[in-house]
Amino acid sequence: MTESPVIQTENLNKHYGPVRAVDGISISIARSATCALLGGNGAGKTTTIAMLLGLLLPTSGRIQILGEEVPRQIRRVLPRMNFSSPYVDLPQRLTVAENLTVYARLYGVRRVRERLAILGRDLDIDAFFLRPYGSLSAGQKTRVALAKALLNEPEILLLDEPTASLDPDTADRMRGILTDYQRHSGATLLLASHNMSEVERLCDQVIMLRAGQIVATGAPRELIHRYGRKDMEEVFLDIARGIQSGEVLE
Amino acid sequence: MNAISLHRIGALALRYLYLLRSSRVRIIELAYWPTVQMILWGFITQYLSGHSDVLNQAAGLLLSGVLLWDVLFRSQLGLSVVFFEELHARNLAQLLISPLRPIELIVALVSISLVRTLLGVGIAVLLAVPFYGFNLFSLGLPLAGFFVNLLMMGWAIGLLVSALVLRYGMGAESIAWAAIFALAPLCGIYYPIATLPGWLQPLSWLLPASYVFEGMRAVLLDHVFRLDYLIYALLLNSVYLGLGISIFLATIHNARERGSLLQSGE
Repeated sequence: MTESPVIQTENLNKHYGPVRAVDGISISIARSATCALLGGNGAGKTTTIAMLLGLLLPTSGRIQILGEEVPRQIRRVLPRMNFSSPYVDLPQRLTVAENLTVYARLYGVRRVRERLAILGRDLDIDAFFLRPYGSLSAGQKTRVALAKALLNEPEILLLDEPTASLDPDTADRMRGILTDYQRHSGATLLLASHNMSEVERLCDQVIMLRAGQIVATGAPRELIHRYGRKDMEEVFLDIARGIQSGEVLE
Repeated sequence: MNAISLHRIGALALRYLYLLRSSRVRIIELAYWPTVQMILWGFITQYLSGHSDVLNQAAGLLLSGVLLWDVLFRSQLGLSVVFFEELHARNLAQLLISPLRPIELIVALVSISLVRTLLGVGIAVLLAVPFYGFNLFSLGLPLAGFFVNLLMMGWAIGLLVSALVLRYGMGAESIAWAAIFALAPLCGIYYPIATLPGWLQPLSWLLPASYVFEGMRAVLLDHVFRLDYLIYALLLNSVYLGLGISIFLATIHNARERGSLLQSGE
């Protein structure tokens, strides 16, 4: 018996007047998968993620997460998910520890101090626990945001540009942390990224979007083979420029 | 799963207390204006008491008015300014994707508004005793009724203002400061409602604060507690607070439709 997908959308649409930000997207993501949502700016990645989180109401279509209908049953799902994005932030004047404590309590985390200590060590942020969040560098903020996203040990982790603003060394470490977390928890990861090597390394499924529609899906290796390219970077460029698989760029 | 969680409300209230604790200037600022107002009106009272029969009869009339007015003003500001913090910090989306319910957000905002009001006005109330020998608590038990009604009205306006800013952006922030001052002349803080032109009086009686300030004058001048005023104020406040909550929740729903929650910020 096949396990039902943890994230499923059917003919999902978000229209703003004549603008079709998301146009009939149907996706299915299995438990413990790491899936990338790729596409150029305005392709509909953030809009899709926002609808999965209940931050944005779909114009039409169906979303099912962990077996619950979203947005109708979003309250049952939110404690089991989390999200990190450069589009949202944390209160600047609160210290890192205060911010994480508040969110740990909001998510009903038991043994808050213990959880903070683990995340502080894993993400190497314990050294600035007592500093105001606003005084951190962009890279440090990204790590704290990731710590916030891991507080409740989510079954589904949605990540928008998870390693943006990080130097290559820290970004690599973050990817390692995400991989470890995914392995030991069996969580499902859905990430929007522009970093194609990150996608190749982390993801077993890729959904390519253009103008709010899915234009290609598959495993990274499979897409590279289908488009006859050497890596995901080239596949991304082909798709973003509207070149079909099998076509040769003159 | 569907119940309102005191634990989550407490978590968010803790966030606001952390914020308050993080800046001494904020705490001083809370008490600064109520204290300055109290000092100013205390001197005015001292000056006028030799020239006014009304003030001779009840010296605390103006001071009671200004301190109670500050309860209304601070409770409104305490709610909306704290909500604006979430917008400035681009934190609202984070909150709304957490298990926190919008109604719990409202309860947390109301709770912290109460703390801020008690701190701000409380200090001015206490200072009025050594400064002018005036004790607001001499109003007795009715003071509790006045206080609750003014808080409720402040929260109702605070929720409406917050909804406006969520809908129209931070450009509408100045409404938070201006809104309540537009109502001040109608509330009869320093003068009876009968002083207003006849055509304006029905409008004034639609405001719960008008009943509070008339009730305050009844206690101070006639030594009578007007329970009817208190009931009218409570009824009106129930309607306005219900409206405020409904409009705030509807605005959040509308923001989810328009996709503005990810864009909220400076």
